[in-house]
Amino acid sequence: MKETLEQIRREALSALEHAQNAQELDALRVKYLGKKGELTAVLKQMGKLSAEERPVMGQLANEVRAALEGALDTRSKELEAKALEDRLKAEALDITVPGKAVKRGHRHPMYIALDEIKDIFIGMGFTVLDGPEVELAELNFDRLNAEEGHPSRDWSDTFYFDEDSRVMLRSQTSPMQVRAMDTMELPIRIIAPGRVYRKDEVDATHSPMFHQVEGMVIDKGVTMADLKGTLNTVVEQLYGKGTKTRFRPHHFPFTEPSCEMDVQCHKCGGVGCPTCKGEGWIELLGAGMIHPRVLEMSGIDPNVYSGWAFGIGLERTAMRRFKIADLRLIFENDVRFLEQF
Amino acid sequence: MNLSRKWLNEFVTVTASDKEFAEAMTLSGSKVELTHDLGEEISNVVVGRLLSMERHPDSDHMWICQVDAGQAEPIQIVTGAWNIHPGDLMPVALHKSTLPGGVKIQKGKLRGVVSNGMFCGLSELGLDERDFPYAAIVPAAILNDYHPLDKDKPSIPADVQPGHKIYGPVVAAKVLECARQPDGSFHTCLDLGGATAAPDTVCPNLHEGDLVAYNTKSDSICTLEDLHAQQAEFPHCIPDGIFVLREDCKPGDDIKPIIGMDDHVVEFEITPNRPDCLSVIGLAREAAATFDAPLSLHQPVVKGGAEGSLAELLDVETPAADLCPRYTARMVRNVKIAPSPKWMRERLRAMGVRPINNIVDITNYVMLEYGQPMHAFDYRYVKGGKIIVRRAEEGEKLTTLDGKEHTLNANHLVIADEHRAVGLAGIMGGENSEIVADTTDVVFESACFDGTCIRKGALALGMRTEASAKFEKGLDPMNTLPAVERACELVELLGAGEVVDGTIDILNYVPHPRVLKLEPERINGLLGTDVAEDEMVSILKKLDFQVEGDQVTVPSWRADVIGMADLAEEVARFHGYNNIPSTLMRGQTTLGGFGEEETLERQLGSMCRAMGYDEIITYSFISPTCYDKINWPADYHRRNSLKILNPLGEDTSIMRTTTLPSMLEILTRNYNYRNQNVKLYEVGRVYQPGGKDGLALESKVLTLGAYGSDMDFYTMKGAVEAILEDLRAEDVTFRTGTGIPELVSYHPGRVAEVWAGSNCVGYFGQIHPLVAQNYGVDGELYCAELALGELANAKGADPEYVPLPKFPSVTRDIAVVCEEKITVGQLEDCIRSAGGKLIQQVSLFDIYRGKGVDEGKKSVAFNLVLRADDRSLTGEEADADVKKVLEALASQLGAVLR
Repeated sequence: MKETLEQIRREALSALEHAQNAQELDALRVKYLGKKGELTAVLKQMGKLSAEERPVMGQLANEVRAALEGALDTRSKELEAKALEDRLKAEALDITVPGKAVKRGHRHPMYIALDEIKDIFIGMGFTVLDGPEVELAELNFDRLNAEEGHPSRDWSDTFYFDEDSRVMLRSQTSPMQVRAMDTMELPIRIIAPGRVYRKDEVDATHSPMFHQVEGMVIDKGVTMADLKGTLNTVVEQLYGKGTKTRFRPHHFPFTEPSCEMDVQCHKCGGVGCPTCKGEGWIELLGAGMIHPRVLEMSGIDPNVYSGWAFGIGLERTAMRRFKIADLRLIFENDVRFLEQF
Repeated sequence: MNLSRKWLNEFVTVTASDKEFAEAMTLSGSKVELTHDLGEEISNVVVGRLLSMERHPDSDHMWICQVDAGQAEPIQIVTGAWNIHPGDLMPVALHKSTLPGGVKIQKGKLRGVVSNGMFCGLSELGLDERDFPYAAIVPAAILNDYHPLDKDKPSIPADVQPGHKIYGPVVAAKVLECARQPDGSFHTCLDLGGATAAPDTVCPNLHEGDLVAYNTKSDSICTLEDLHAQQAEFPHCIPDGIFVLREDCKPGDDIKPIIGMDDHVVEFEITPNRPDCLSVIGLAREAAATFDAPLSLHQPVVKGGAEGSLAELLDVETPAADLCPRYTARMVRNVKIAPSPKWMRERLRAMGVRPINNIVDITNYVMLEYGQPMHAFDYRYVKGGKIIVRRAEEGEKLTTLDGKEHTLNANHLVIADEHRAVGLAGIMGGENSEIVADTTDVVFESACFDGTCIRKGALALGMRTEASAKFEKGLDPMNTLPAVERACELVELLGAGEVVDGTIDILNYVPHPRVLKLEPERINGLLGTDVAEDEMVSILKKLDFQVEGDQVTVPSWRADVIGMADLAEEVARFHGYNNIPSTLMRGQTTLGGFGEEETLERQLGSMCRAMGYDEIITYSFISPTCYDKINWPADYHRRNSLKILNPLGEDTSIMRTTTLPSMLEILTRNYNYRNQNVKLYEVGRVYQPGGKDGLALESKVLTLGAYGSDMDFYTMKGAVEAILEDLRAEDVTFRTGTGIPELVSYHPGRVAEVWAGSNCVGYFGQIHPLVAQNYGVDGELYCAELALGELANAKGADPEYVPLPKFPSVTRDIAVVCEEKITVGQLEDCIRSAGGKLIQQVSLFDIYRGKGVDEGKKSVAFNLVLRADDRSLTGEEADADVKKVLEALASQLGAVLR
């Protein structure tokens, strides 16, 4: 009997090990451990044994049963794992097949540049203002110290709606300075982006309609050093920390002293190249301390308050930001262009 | 404004390189646009002396020349030019030389003969006859070069011999001798076939052995013109050739200083507030202050003494005194019109002014040097010896120097004699008083005119000149006298005439220098600097401000300096803008941010982009024909647009009252570019007339536009719904037929109005096929126009949390068959009202027509979700509700369960 049990153990363990799937495994369980199984058949003969042999054989039979059950369980888990592995293998995909397209809309590159500028100024406590594009010449010119006879008032430069040159398309966002001074409480910190219009034929760098961002600060004790500090901070945010700038004297009717701000050419690092026309610097914006007369005209006492203002061309900023070569692309709105940004 | 650095150095010595000079001047406020080395392109070109010349054996027109170019041995050069003679000095471009225009000269062979370089004519050096009038060439007609126009009918026989008559007094003659005279002309000896003649000629193309036409009557050698011949008949007798130098130079000398190409020119962009810098002296003053170098200005000295008394010769009246603050004039007699000397021509040319003749050149020279426009009249044509500065009469006519006739009005200021206008004040002289070759008496005008009057006049006549560009900025009236003195001094220096004693000088204004208070603390306060008072004073003095104590007297040419801020700018410019510290703002904190409208715009924009729409930017102005293209009735009131009186063109002449044409234009452009599946949006303005103060009522519109295989009416509707949902708009309905006129641009059966409550937010749909056709598009275009103001009104309240359902819902699908005319909206409304409050959701999932459904009918299928908030709904309860719904559909709409 002992031999029989050992034989069953040997044969069964070997068979279990070679079982290839759950069905085979189940058949083996029935074959050996089932009610009519081989092991059960052996156990049924236990009664025929002597009293001495019975406990020894009983123990052996139990050991064999335990071994078979353990092997069955192990093999079953192995087969399950293998089945899962096979399924996962079969389900594997070609991950280089393109994903299902989701059409994403794109912000116009010029407004991306504008958003960057707005974010920087809002962070510094500036309010964003909007105002009319059809504007009074009084606000666009007179109140900004560009009196009758200033060349920019010519019909060759500015679009007008009446023979008296009273109502016009604003040629700059600067009338927003006046509107802010007339309506807001001091101190003022505003930026005013928007469309402006000048009588320029369309070419690679000109358009009769373009965009500017006006900025203005009025408070007690505002200095030109503040203007420099603020604009330098803005440029570092826009073009990266350590971007070099320089300030050049210039002239605007509504600021005194006036300046233009250049950034060092990103292409050549200031040595001079075609991008910066050999100068090493690229003109970025115009700025200055608000002219005392402009403050006076808005009822602000220049002996108490001072301020600075700047104006930046948005198209050129965006063109530089994204290395766009031709201004016409901005207004052409070809989706092949728009979807690059 | 161009500046010759040689000229500048007459007043201030600046040795900086062009780059350093440009940078320093730019940083002190005189912006340099570019610098230019006049001789940059010329290298290895020297003076050569022609030693000998012989005819090329294999050419009918070339010469083999031996030239002394200052080297140990003569060099050989082959040329096709005929105007040179042994002994002549000329520019020689040696082997490996360069010339203007990127021309490179190398040695080579010309018809087998070695040539080691090239002789240069004027044009090859970038010059013309105005620069060197003596280099003009008048060629003789050389009979050996005669090529008859008609081979069968030659005007001159091929075998013509010396002495043969050509016509009238003209006979053929052979050149025996031809020698250059010191004045550049030639002495010749001719064989007339037995007899000889020895005429002098200016024609430089003659050489021994040439056959020429000789006029026995006038004793002269005939030119092409004399023979009435065409150039083609004498192809090599051309008015062009080598530039034979008459300068003080020797073989081997570098050509550049000889022809004035050793100068450097700096181009400035001068801001309109600084007309004083539109002059060599003005820029010299800035340069002196920038480089801290002494400025040495020159005081003109006039000898005078010409015959006659100025008071008797000339009388000036200025009835238009308000437009002529000052009028200064002097007279020059016995003028000899001639080219001006080389140094003057060179300076004019360097500054971009073409030399004309000595008198005209002097006026230009003084204008460049002093910044004061000058004019010279021929005294003969100043009738009555009287100059009157007056407003033009209405309709008065004047022909200016450029030959154009102008009809004037009272806005124009003219210079007139007793009878007629002789010049447009400050703009251009009249043709009737122009300086010509036989002018003998000249009036120099140096005046100051009202800037605005000159600017408007020049603009109205479309003739902005160098002079008017200066006047319009407002010139210094104190400058007229030194300028006219300088002009007279130059007349004497050039020997161009004799100056009459005395000056006419009419002042119609009271000069009073502006005195400002120097307030160093306020200046530092404005700049944020700590500049010492001494430094401020020193800067101002360098710029010729007079400073005594705290009193600053502003120079007459600095009309732009009127207050403390202007003095601060002067200090800042020379202290250095880049030496001003960089500080951050102090003071009261302000809260930054967007306004409500912009917040809405940003929300709408991100929603549109999330749905795949790309943002566009379009022009605010459109063509009036756009309204026709979008089908608007001729009398529709929204065609009433703000009209630009001076537009760039018809296409951009009115302010749009609708964004639709702009969107259609961009859709069309993309369509034409064959871009697939395009979706676009813009938040753009429209401009209705009738705002406050004559301004526009400007409002914004969100416009969507799309086309492509994934686009149809319901896709656009879905986008509109999503936008309104994103805004949490309530009571949104879609309607048709309320009579909104703008819908004419859309397909009448595929357009819907969008309502939020009782307000129409806008409309959307398929663009009318005829409108699409107007844009040349044969596909379906879809647009939506939603008014931003209405969207803002429709914006719902902020979300408030609603508890999630605790009990499960029951779903039921129903399909009903109804008449075609019954809308899904009607069915939905019916279901909702009949279903009671258990109905949570009604979703359409199918519309079917065809087999199994009668003709003229459709089957519409809905998915209903029913739920109670306080219990699990039973199937029986749900079925009871569905039953009520079906009954209602059948009784109210005739829709029966399929």
